Amino acid sequence: MKLPMMGVINLIHEQEEMGALTAGRCLATVPFGGRYRLVDFVLSSMVGSGISKVAVLAHTKYRSLMDHLGSGGNWDLHRKQDGLFVLPPAIEDMTDFGKGDLYQLFRNRDYFSRSPLEYVVIARSHMVCNIDLGRVLEEHIGKGSDITVVCKRWPNARTGLARKVLVDEEGRITDMQDPYGRLASDVVSMEMYILRKELLLELVETSLAQGKDHLVRHAIMSALGELNVRAYLHEGYLGVVNTIPAYYRHSMELLDLEVWNDLFFQPGPIYTKVKDEPPTRYLGGSEVSHSLIANGCEIEGAVEGSILFRGVKVREGAVVRNSIVMQNGIIGESGMLENCILDKEVEIRPLQRLRGSSDTPFLAVKRNVI
Amino acid sequence: MRRNECIAMLLAGGEGRRLGVLTKDVAKPAVHFGGKYRIIDFTLSNCANSGIETVGVLTQYQPLELNQYLGIGSPWGLDRREGGMHVLPPYVRQRGGDWYKGTANAICQNIGFIERYSPDYVLIISGDHIYKMDYGLMLQSHKRNRADATLAVIPVPWADASRFGILSVDEEGRVTEFAEKPKRPESNLASMGVYMFTWQALRQALIEDEADPQSEGDFGKNVIPKLLREQARLFAYRFEGYWKDVGTIESLWEANMDLLAAEPALNLNDRKWRIFSVNPNRPAQFMAPGASVRSSLINEGCVIEGAVNRSVLFHGVKAEAGSLIEDSVIMPGAVIGRGAAVIRAIVGEGAVVGEGCVVGSADSKQIDVVGSGDVVRTRPSLPDAAMLEVEPL
Repeated sequence: MKLPMMGVINLIHEQEEMGALTAGRCLATVPFGGRYRLVDFVLSSMVGSGISKVAVLAHTKYRSLMDHLGSGGNWDLHRKQDGLFVLPPAIEDMTDFGKGDLYQLFRNRDYFSRSPLEYVVIARSHMVCNIDLGRVLEEHIGKGSDITVVCKRWPNARTGLARKVLVDEEGRITDMQDPYGRLASDVVSMEMYILRKELLLELVETSLAQGKDHLVRHAIMSALGELNVRAYLHEGYLGVVNTIPAYYRHSMELLDLEVWNDLFFQPGPIYTKVKDEPPTRYLGGSEVSHSLIANGCEIEGAVEGSILFRGVKVREGAVVRNSIVMQNGIIGESGMLENCILDKEVEIRPLQRLRGSSDTPFLAVKRNVI
Repeated sequence: MRRNECIAMLLAGGEGRRLGVLTKDVAKPAVHFGGKYRIIDFTLSNCANSGIETVGVLTQYQPLELNQYLGIGSPWGLDRREGGMHVLPPYVRQRGGDWYKGTANAICQNIGFIERYSPDYVLIISGDHIYKMDYGLMLQSHKRNRADATLAVIPVPWADASRFGILSVDEEGRVTEFAEKPKRPESNLASMGVYMFTWQALRQALIEDEADPQSEGDFGKNVIPKLLREQARLFAYRFEGYWKDVGTIESLWEANMDLLAAEPALNLNDRKWRIFSVNPNRPAQFMAPGASVRSSLINEGCVIEGAVNRSVLFHGVKAEAGSLIEDSVIMPGAVIGRGAAVIRAIVGEGAVVGEGCVVGSADSKQIDVVGSGDVVRTRPSLPDAAMLEVEPL
């Protein structure tokens, strides 16, 4: 069913501590889960919820983003009407780059005003989840909220950076703080905001006119008293993937079959760019257990507790343990990896042994030969 | 290749009767192969990789699933503004219509389609074979020989030669004799069912064949022998490489097993010659703790908790704890229950082998088959497929 809502994936000033993983790409296109990029989860959720118009506000290092998204066909967003819109930064000179997301929303306001869709969902790319936004919209309308924030109960201290949210008994958000704040709450914001398009444009214009340019901090957090801002609690899986420890931890959580079934199938499939890789070949000596393995791999060695992306080769006698090997990685004969993250196209020479710790995995930079 | 210099006509209407339950609801070209593909993906990918941008796909038998699979040809890059892929079912004209009666008759009924593109050459292929071939090289050879028709041939073992259409050629590669399934073959060059025609010569031949009431409207039986009798310029084009007709359960199983060799004759992982297919959008395969996988080909979305050995598993197959899959082909979405065993068998799409049940056996001569969507509830151990207690879902 088509929703009366358009999507915005906001990549402006993404807050992240991903080190070398974002050296050549934006956070949205960090590879995740064996065959996906982070942005696939929120984008697939939008499409699966019945949203057919999605804008991606690109900001920096977006070559890999354009390459990945293309015309949107893989997400069924290559449409005659609506579809995918990648909106590069609309700046006049370089100083505009530092301006907040409200400025970019303002410069792209035609995207909103041209559409008859009444609601907007604004999301970030690093919240790994699979969610029916139709239900969020239903609750938003049903409760008469001005803004609905998708949140998650997050009892333990976690490794990702997420805003904390204080929710009263009626579900209204009374306080919200940036990740480093001391707010005592076990609820975090998933950085998905649903509101009427008209309200968004009003917030954009008023805040900017007051010299403020940050959507969440200025337009929403400071208006919690005046506006009816409510929390929608997401029940499904959530990974907040914006630090390296969080990346490693949430990747490893996918090795739980319940998480795998929940995140990748419920309520709908996660789409990504199709690569036409053949099925994975396991050779005579392969020993594989408790792992997630994408297509196009060739495995002669041992793989345990690991995630292999598409086209990875594990040669004879090699051992890959508790590691993440991104696309086209090669582990040479009798090589050994433990607690490692290899970015794309890293080659591990024969007999080489690399070991990180589970708190601080060893991270190999894209195309390194080690 | 210049645009529309050459277009392809792909015969995809075959029933594939010898594939039994596997073609109960689908045409042979739509049968699954190689862990991810359907048979027709190979010829469509060959076209795409050879630079042929206009492909007519002739369908007839059980076309629903095949049509849905083909769509508008996007997975093969054949959704083009000019040309592209077109599905061509038999249709009705003012003076009535007819089913496709034979391979040549099917093309003849689509002369109108071909003429819309006014090609110089027409490639006739079928969606029944597994091979990777650059049709561009064949066209070059066809042009060099100024041929009316070029037939792709492959040397087969002499013992098998009587199962094929066999060609004899002179030292220049010109065809001197063509015998359909000869008892005493004079050559071991088998026709692959891949024909490159100069369009004007083909058009003429099709019209003459149509006018002949004795003809069955078949390329191998009628059109090629007649051209040969009339001393048309027929040449053979030798193909070196893997080619397999997967027309029977045994050959389908064998061709799947061929992929498991350490150096398979058919390399599916060739970045310069990708085999394209419709993507099922499944996550990376899940290998549970305690899984064991060796010498196998496994596709996305599988959940493996048991042991898999020398087998091909399509997307979304579940092999539950304690199960054993050996020397088998498991088609999409099939479930092999807890403690069940599948040995030397083909399990159809969405079929279920119940907990503790056994299909096939290591010393069985034949390949056992569980049809699509069937549920096997027979406990051990019945060696004969015919005795399997199968109930439809």
